[in-house]
Amino acid sequence: MQTDPNPKKSKDSPSNSDSTESTQSASPFPDDVLGKVLSFLNSDKDRSSVSLVCKDWYNAERWTRTKLFIGNCYSVSPEIVATRFPKITSVTLKGKPRFSDFNLVPQNWGADVHYWLVMFAKVYPFLEELRLKRMTVSDESLEILATAFPGFRALSLMSCDGFSTDGLKSVATHCRNLTELDIQDTDIDDFNGGWLSCFPENFGSLEVLNFASLDSEVNFDALERLVSRCKSLRVLKVNKSITLDQLQRLLLRAPQLMELGTGSFQQELLPGQFGDLESAFSNCKNLRTLSGLWEVTSVYLPVLYAACTSLTFLNLSYAALRSVEFGNLIAYCPNLRRLWVLDTVEDKGLEAVGSSCPLLEELRVFPADPFDQQLHRGVTELGFVAVSRGCSKLHYVLYFCWQMTNAAVATIVQNCPNFTHFRLCIMNPGRPDYLTNEPMDEAFGAVVKTCTKLQRLSVSGLLTDLTFEYIGKHAKNLETLSVAFAGSSDLGMQCVLEGCPKLRKLEIRDCPFGNAALLSGLEKYEKMRSLWMSSCNVTITACQQLAREMPRLNVEVMKDKESDDSQADKVYVYRSVAGPRRDAPPFVLTL
Amino acid sequence: MERAAVYDNELNLKATELRLGLPGADESEKQSSRNNKRSSAEMDDSRDKDEQESAPAPKAQVVGWPPVRSYRKNILHQKNESDLSGIFVKVSMDGAPYLRKIDLKVYINYQDLLKALENMFKCSIGVYSEREGYDGSEFAPTYEDKDGDWMLVGDVPWDMFITSCKRLRIMKGSEAKGLGCL
Repeated sequence: MQTDPNPKKSKDSPSNSDSTESTQSASPFPDDVLGKVLSFLNSDKDRSSVSLVCKDWYNAERWTRTKLFIGNCYSVSPEIVATRFPKITSVTLKGKPRFSDFNLVPQNWGADVHYWLVMFAKVYPFLEELRLKRMTVSDESLEILATAFPGFRALSLMSCDGFSTDGLKSVATHCRNLTELDIQDTDIDDFNGGWLSCFPENFGSLEVLNFASLDSEVNFDALERLVSRCKSLRVLKVNKSITLDQLQRLLLRAPQLMELGTGSFQQELLPGQFGDLESAFSNCKNLRTLSGLWEVTSVYLPVLYAACTSLTFLNLSYAALRSVEFGNLIAYCPNLRRLWVLDTVEDKGLEAVGSSCPLLEELRVFPADPFDQQLHRGVTELGFVAVSRGCSKLHYVLYFCWQMTNAAVATIVQNCPNFTHFRLCIMNPGRPDYLTNEPMDEAFGAVVKTCTKLQRLSVSGLLTDLTFEYIGKHAKNLETLSVAFAGSSDLGMQCVLEGCPKLRKLEIRDCPFGNAALLSGLEKYEKMRSLWMSSCNVTITACQQLAREMPRLNVEVMKDKESDDSQADKVYVYRSVAGPRRDAPPFVLTL
Repeated sequence: MERAAVYDNELNLKATELRLGLPGADESEKQSSRNNKRSSAEMDDSRDKDEQESAPAPKAQVVGWPPVRSYRKNILHQKNESDLSGIFVKVSMDGAPYLRKIDLKVYINYQDLLKALENMFKCSIGVYSEREGYDGSEFAPTYEDKDGDWMLVGDVPWDMFITSCKRLRIMKGSEAKGLGCL
């Protein structure tokens, strides 16, 4: 969100602005026409540009904006938002820095949605949608959400914490018009599945229901009735407690489903039940996405075959399939665009992907045993190369492995030059090319030289400053860069800060970058969403200098208990128009 | 020479690098069969041997690395426990007042298991031979398999044993003689 370049008193309504001074107004359009035209604009980037044209356009834009996207909840305050945008119906808010996913951010750091909701309850009674990512949400907040907005329709919580199933009870009980309840990747206090039974018996508006990450058992009868009533249900992702025969009954009620997340795929089925399950799946003609498949027993995979032909997204990242059974399954999925798997499928499984899925655009290979320091099973560079040979449309990859070579990566990007997202994680920190023993500099050099559309890059392995010179020189479209255990000196980070014009998010951990590197980005940081640096060589003094020279940046430092007083162990820098945050816990030093 | 310069940088890197866990664990790992080439060891070999000898090997971890989301880590942790390990079986010994329970996944082979049983029950089990079983020793380890049959410990490959073993019983040598003879 851009700050207003011409701070002024906000006007009450478009019709008041300049109405008596229309001859002095620069805009040739009557305000309501301008408003109508602008109401078609959906992209935030476009709206930001529009708001900078002149005062009239700024005003017209703010009156017609209905969707609010805030990538960093601390970059702005609820008050500022409420003042500027009177007509919001949909809000997306993101909170904690991404490295909080990996336990690098202590509990109670912040990003609590509460005060936002209190403000929204006052100013946006017609709020319909709320999408939160990495925010803390209390049951009390969910209660406000459920009761303050009569037209509320869609709630999406991704990687959020702080609530329990009690909060979900409020939502189920009170939101009469709910169309979407989507809970992803959440470790919450799951007291019991009773929340699902709180949907009223006459309630039938759900289109999206995802409770896959909640553990406890729900009342199956209530779920079955709910699914029967919701004729527009297109996304259903159940949790592990739902058995195979229960799944079959749900599919009978909702053959129109487009996205399905199964429950546990392991059960002693009678022969008749197997056939029933098979036909239930083949009746789902609209299935595009399949996920879940926890505890999958390979003997039941064939029930999926009929539904696989139309699949475009297959998420097997919780199903520990071996290469043969996976190969058999993937052969039935020729239309796949996106595939998430566990590395238990090994290189052989990935070869099968290369031969079966020519339309593949996105591949994510997750480690089944990321902390296995000895056996190093999983996938290698060979699997990645095999996929790149068969899937020329591949542009998004997240790949966890234990070994890689520069030559393999060079081959991969030659086969697939259109990468927009290249996230390679060689799981031993600082591992060189295992064949030549050289750093992996040339690998990432090849990536940035060949893939001109690259927007997101995660590097790993043994890397010197040369990698970052390459990035600074070639990655002109790069927006997000993640670096760990890499680099040789400040020069590395400096190259990136000087060279990547579109850089928005930079997250660094355990690298030998120090104060000179930090301060070289003084002017850059205001153009970025945020910078994270942890376990590097930055001191508090340098952070203070940064804070002094750039008042529109918030510079936050967290210290590790055992460290030297002068060290800034974790630094989080982000631009903000709201000033330093008032809810910082004691372990966060705001400079 | 560029290569030399790279290695110079490498050495500096290692010296100044901040790590939160055991460094150099990468260079010391046992190579899997598909990759036999050892990378040059930055760590001294003595540390390698120490790490490999202690069983089960301590999983030295750097905080937040590899970057796997907590949610996924927890799910996989549960998975690993239920899929591959946590194979708890009861162990009874003839004459002992109460049973014990052990996790078969903790042991790496028969020798390891038997040594642990000997310690736990203060008995001597002896050495296995295909022909004689545990003949000559005071006690013989037996187990009940998936089919409900009582088998002598040691006949089948270790991996097969841990997945088919339902419970263990340490029989008195004299009784066990019957099993060994068949």
